[in-house]
Amino acid sequence: MFGKKLVQLAAMKFFMKCDDAAHICDKTQYKEAGLFDKLMLKIHLLMCKLCRGYAKRNAKLTETIKSANIKTLHPEEKQRLKTRLQQEENNRP
Amino acid sequence: MELLNPDQWVENYADYLYNYTIVRVNDHIVAQDLISETFLAGLKSKKNFKGEASERTWLISILKRKIIDYYRKINSKKGKAEVHISYRNEDAEGDWLEENAADPFDKTAEDKMENEELGLAILECLDKLPKKQATIFKKKTIENFDTEAICKEYNITPSNLWVIIHRARKSMVECLEKNWFN
Repeated sequence: MFGKKLVQLAAMKFFMKCDDAAHICDKTQYKEAGLFDKLMLKIHLLMCKLCRGYAKRNAKLTETIKSANIKTLHPEEKQRLKTRLQQEENNRP
Repeated sequence: MELLNPDQWVENYADYLYNYTIVRVNDHIVAQDLISETFLAGLKSKKNFKGEASERTWLISILKRKIIDYYRKINSKKGKAEVHISYRNEDAEGDWLEENAADPFDKTAEDKMENEELGLAILECLDKLPKKQATIFKKKTIENFDTEAICKEYNITPSNLWVIIHRARKSMVECLEKNWFN
């Protein structure tokens, strides 16, 4: 029982630290993690409950933001708004 | 005392106001005009801002009036002889049954409203992050900029970027869990 825990801990340390797992998990949200990293993350998640929790919430955030379909104005459009506002402010006494 | 900060308005609120407007007027150009008018009106009545509400709430209250004005204007241009017939009276029961039934495929309006609320909740949470964190997170996550492009623009290394993204994501999860998922 005790031995099993130790082996698990050792393996976790050997493969990946939680900080690194979080980093790869973040990258995965943007599809920027490599295949090997993803595999290592999977193994880490099997053993680490804390990181499993983080991965779950992280994925949910990605999904939520995607489903909101937020629209943003183009930088040029924003610039135009700014210019107009600036003009108006300069014209004021 | 300067309560308002017009120079930052576009950067801070344009996207929020745009998401609010676009579901209500459904026209990209009109939405931009309304936002522009809102900012200008805000500038003119800057003195009236007492700092009781947040800047964003105040601007939204101006925008609401602008949207109402917009609909008044286009309605007055329309033909006046519009007749609205309601099929929903007791005598006509059965005649127009299919028109009384809800169309199961017409869920778009409701979906749109829910999406809008979620979108605004996300932007509100974004508002609570430190400025630079919020901008970079938004560029990366909502506007889908490349890591490389963002790093160049802000003169940071990719590992800097990922640290910023990580912090932002953690705060965003917490904020949305509190305000959206309850």
